[in-house]
Amino acid sequence: MSGLQRFLDTFFNAEVAARAWPDILRGLGITVGVGVAVTIAGLGLGLALAILRATQRGWLSGLIVVFVDVMRALPPLVVIIIFFFAFPLIGISMSAFTSTWLALSLVLAAYVEECLWGGILSLPRGQSEAARSTGLSWWQCMTAVILPQAFRVALPSLTNRVIAVGKNVALGSVVALSDVLNNAQSATSNAGNPTPLTMAAAAYLVIFIPVMMGARRLENRMQWRA
Amino acid sequence: MPPPPILELVSLRKSYGALDVLRGIDLRVFPGELVCVVGPSGSGKSSMLRCCNRLEQSTGGQVMIDGVDITRPDVDINAVRQQIGMVFQQFNLYPHLTVLGNVTLALRKVQGKGSVEADTLGLAALERVGLADKARAYPAQLSGGQQQRVAIARAVVLQPKLMLFDEPTSALDPETVGEVLKVMKQLRDAGMTMLVVTHEMGFARAAADRVIFMDAGAIVEQGPPAEVFGAPKHERTRAFLARFTGEG
Repeated sequence: MSGLQRFLDTFFNAEVAARAWPDILRGLGITVGVGVAVTIAGLGLGLALAILRATQRGWLSGLIVVFVDVMRALPPLVVIIIFFFAFPLIGISMSAFTSTWLALSLVLAAYVEECLWGGILSLPRGQSEAARSTGLSWWQCMTAVILPQAFRVALPSLTNRVIAVGKNVALGSVVALSDVLNNAQSATSNAGNPTPLTMAAAAYLVIFIPVMMGARRLENRMQWRA
Repeated sequence: MPPPPILELVSLRKSYGALDVLRGIDLRVFPGELVCVVGPSGSGKSSMLRCCNRLEQSTGGQVMIDGVDITRPDVDINAVRQQIGMVFQQFNLYPHLTVLGNVTLALRKVQGKGSVEADTLGLAALERVGLADKARAYPAQLSGGQQQRVAIARAVVLQPKLMLFDEPTSALDPETVGEVLKVMKQLRDAGMTMLVVTHEMGFARAAADRVIFMDAGAIVEQGPPAEVFGAPKHERTRAFLARFTGEG
């Protein structure tokens, strides 16, 4: 057997691939499902926190900053483990799916809040003054003038975070979440051949390349002439 | 008997901690009047102007708009602000909206007008400042003078009773100052009541009905431009104006 053949036989083994295929596909579904749910919840909660912080109530801002800093400092893996293994001890049990989703959503929300808050702070004060001077309420000013601009400023770092946290879905394997990477590792052990890992890698490309392309299109579209 | 004033400031005070920015301002602006406020920087001109629509909270005294004290907490300030247009030194156009979007935002959001009606009113306002052809452009594609004229249209479209101008030409290139002042003169000729903080002594002299000279948070002197510029009564006014001789 030549080197190339050995390489192909090890990483691109058709027989192993045929057997692992259903597991990989199921895992792909889980990864995409958790990823989408995390993205929606994380963006929503992060946006809500940024808006709450913009109301400039001292104690509320303080709480939000503490939450954001704690969530950014903790390894997401630890947060998942706490939800799955520690919370049942105080009577709150959740599935592997739920604990992974909840943990990653909170982590993403913390980053989203920081990105959007930075975007809000980057805007000149005259923007809200102009809007308020024409009679817009605080909320109307926020939704029509401030947030669209803050979102544009934050967009590149937001997409980076969504992708980074999305890849962290694989951390769910510590609580036996059957995501694509976890299933691929099991299949690799069973077959004694890493072809399933190659398939998982391909799956990641299939998931994330379109996300990145979509993000880039969005960034281009949101670029007003400057 | 003169008509009641549109704007009346009654011993208006503003302080930041121990720093008194306004030390009791009394001022009346009557319908159709153009009043220019001049004075050295830090004299409280802009603070006074910003108290007139509560962008700045006064710490004492009253701001009466059409006889209503708007410093009272139960006043619906968003309703009041639609009657008071404001134009800023830095234009403050919304960069993410087109020119027309800038002008029609409050019509749509605050007054709940449909987009067809809002666009019609918006285009009419842009026509008044000579920029109807730029309706679909974005602010960053316009010159400073054009941006400021859009900002004027954004305020005018709400048909305010009073317009506040906070150094509207100070951030402009000299060659575009004229076009903005021309639009302001047209507004005045159309009967708009205007309170203008400015360093354009030439404009104040030519267009104002009354000139207010402020220094150190107080009105030092006021009167018709010929009087204030031609024969200032106070030493501080003379000293300030001396720096502008040769201009205007």
